[in-house]
Amino acid sequence: MLTVSNLAFSYKSQRKFSFPSFSCAQGDALLILGNSGTGKTTLLHLLALLLQPESGSIQINNQEFAKLQPKAATKMRASHLGIIYQKSHFVSSLSVLENLILANYLAEKPLSKEQAVRLAKSLGFYELLDKKTTLLSGGEQQRVSIARALMNNPDVILADEPTSNLDDENCDKVINLLENQSKSIGAALVIVTHDQRLKDKFSNKIILS
Amino acid sequence: MLLKISWKNILDKKLNSFLCILLMTLGIAIISLLLLLGKQLQDKFTKNISGIDMVIGAKGSPLQLILSSVYQIDNPTGNVYLSDIQEIAQNPLVKEMIPLSMGDNYLGYRIVGTNKKYLEHFKANIETGILFKKDLDVILGAQVALNTDLKIGDSFASAHGLDAAGEVHDHTKYKVVGILAFNNSVIDNLVLTSLSSIWNIHEHNEEMENSEDKVAEHPENEEDVDMDKREITSALIKFRSPMGLMSMPRNINQNSKLQAALPSIEVNRLFELLGIGVDGLQILAAVIMLISGISVFVSLYNSLKERKYEMALMLSMGASRTRLFLMLLLEGVLLALFGFMAGIVLSRIGIILISNQISKKFHFDVSQMSIQTGEIYLFAGALAIGILAAALPSINIYKLNISRTLAEE
Repeated sequence: MLTVSNLAFSYKSQRKFSFPSFSCAQGDALLILGNSGTGKTTLLHLLALLLQPESGSIQINNQEFAKLQPKAATKMRASHLGIIYQKSHFVSSLSVLENLILANYLAEKPLSKEQAVRLAKSLGFYELLDKKTTLLSGGEQQRVSIARALMNNPDVILADEPTSNLDDENCDKVINLLENQSKSIGAALVIVTHDQRLKDKFSNKIILS
Repeated sequence: MLLKISWKNILDKKLNSFLCILLMTLGIAIISLLLLLGKQLQDKFTKNISGIDMVIGAKGSPLQLILSSVYQIDNPTGNVYLSDIQEIAQNPLVKEMIPLSMGDNYLGYRIVGTNKKYLEHFKANIETGILFKKDLDVILGAQVALNTDLKIGDSFASAHGLDAAGEVHDHTKYKVVGILAFNNSVIDNLVLTSLSSIWNIHEHNEEMENSEDKVAEHPENEEDVDMDKREITSALIKFRSPMGLMSMPRNINQNSKLQAALPSIEVNRLFELLGIGVDGLQILAAVIMLISGISVFVSLYNSLKERKYEMALMLSMGASRTRLFLMLLLEGVLLALFGFMAGIVLSRIGIILISNQISKKFHFDVSQMSIQTGEIYLFAGALAIGILAAALPSINIYKLNISRTLAEE
C-alpha cells in the first residue's frame, strides 16, 4: 500500500511544486496524468526516492520513506521499488539476461536466473536473452525494462511515460502487461504520463495541472 | 559481477582497449628489455673484471687498454717489453701477473698468447684435449669451437691483425690441442696459445722480410736481443692487498714508459657513458607508458560520457558510488595488467631474438629470463598509471546527479 500526502518540492531555479495526496493499494493501479511542465517527472523521482521532498510523506506498507538519507534511500529503492524509465537504458556491454540479473546483484539479493527466464517467457522475449540490449527494437527494450523492474518483486512499480512512443495496439498491450504483472506479484502500479489514451483505462487517477 | 562488467566493457570497446594495451605493452617491453640487457651486460662485464686489479700496457687511452686486455673488444694500445713488466711484477705488492700477447686472429677470433694463469684466473676448464705445451699448440674457447667447427687435431693459419681480413701467416700453422668448456666470460671467444707461439710466428715473419730486403744488421747477437726485448701487449695484475691500488698505478704512470689502468674505474666510466643512452631509451619507454595511461584516460573519459545514463541507472538500482568507482578502476587496472604481461612476454621474445642475432659473439645466459627486481617496480608503475588514468575520469561518478541524468533525454 502506497500512501502519499502533501508532497512539495522546489528546484533551485525556484520552481515550486506541491502535489495532491493520493494512495494506491497493493495490486491496484494509479494513473497520474499531466501535461509537460506540471511536475510529472519530479513527482516520479520523488516517489522513486531520487529526490528528497521538502515536506510531505511517502509511506509504503506504513513505512516512512520521504525522510531517508541518500544511502538508505538507495537501499530501499532497490528492494521495494521497480522503476521503468521513460527511455529504456541498459548496461550496454551486458546481454539482456545479464542486465536482468544485474538488478538482483545491485539490490544485493540472490541472483535468480529462473526469475529472469520466467519473466522473459511471460513478456515474450525469451529468445532475446543472450543478445546485447543495443540490438533490440524499442518495443523489445521496453519489455526488458519492465522485466527488470519486476526482478526483485517490488512493492511498488513506477512507470514513467511507458506508452508515449507506442501505437494504439502496442499501447494497450504494454498497459495490460504492466497491470497483469503488478497484480501477479501484488505490487501497487503507478503510471505517470501525459498520454490521454490511458485516461479511460484507469479508474484511479490524478490529474496534475 | 563487477569484474565481469569491467571485462565486458573492455571487450565491448575492442579497438580502444587494444590501443591502450598496445602502448602499455610497448613501454613495458622496452624498459624490461633494457633491464634484461643491462643486467646481462653488467654481469658479463663484472665477471670478466673480477679479480683483476690493474692492467699494464703501452701508453694511450686507459679505457682502450682495459677494453682490449680485459674484454678483448678494442685494439691494443701497442706493445711493451716483457722485461719492463717483469720488473714491476717484482714489487712485493703484486700477487700475480698474467702476460697477454695479441695481434693475430682466426676468422675474427683473437689469438691470445698467455700462460696457464689466465685460464686459472677465469676458472676455465678444458672440456676435451690438453693444455698447450709446445709452440703453436692452441686451445679454443667454447664459442670459437662451436662457430668454427675446428676439432682437436685440426690445424689452421692465423691472419695478422685483429680482424679476419688481415694478411695470412700461411707458412706456419697452429694446431688445436684442447677445447674449453663454456665459461660465460670473454675466454669463450678466444683462441689461447703460449706466449712463445706468438713470438715464434712473428719472428719467422721478420726473418722472411729481412731476408727479402737483405738487411740483417745484427745477425750475430739477435738471440740475446730477443731474450731481453721480447714484447707482449699487456699484463693483468692482481695485488696482494689494496695498498697496491694506492701507490702503484700513479708510480707507473708517472715514472715509466708504461701505462697502468684500473678496470674498476674505467668500467664505471664506460657504464656512465652507456648509461646516457640507456637512460634516454628508458625515458622514451616511460613516455610511451605515460601515453598509454593518457589513452586509458581518454578512452574511459569518452565512454563515461556515453555511459553517464548507464551509471545513473546502476546507481538508482542500488549500486553505491564507491562500487561503481571501483568497477571503473578495475577497467584501468585490467588494461594495465594485460599490457604489463604482454610487455614482459614481448621483452623475453626480444631477448631471444637478439641473442640469436648476436650469439656468435655473445653467449647468452638463459637463466636470467626470470622476473627482474626492476620489473617489480615496473609492475607497480604500470598499475599506478592504470589506476590513476582510470581514477581521474571516474571520480565524476561521485558528482553524478542521478535524478537529473535520468530525467534527461
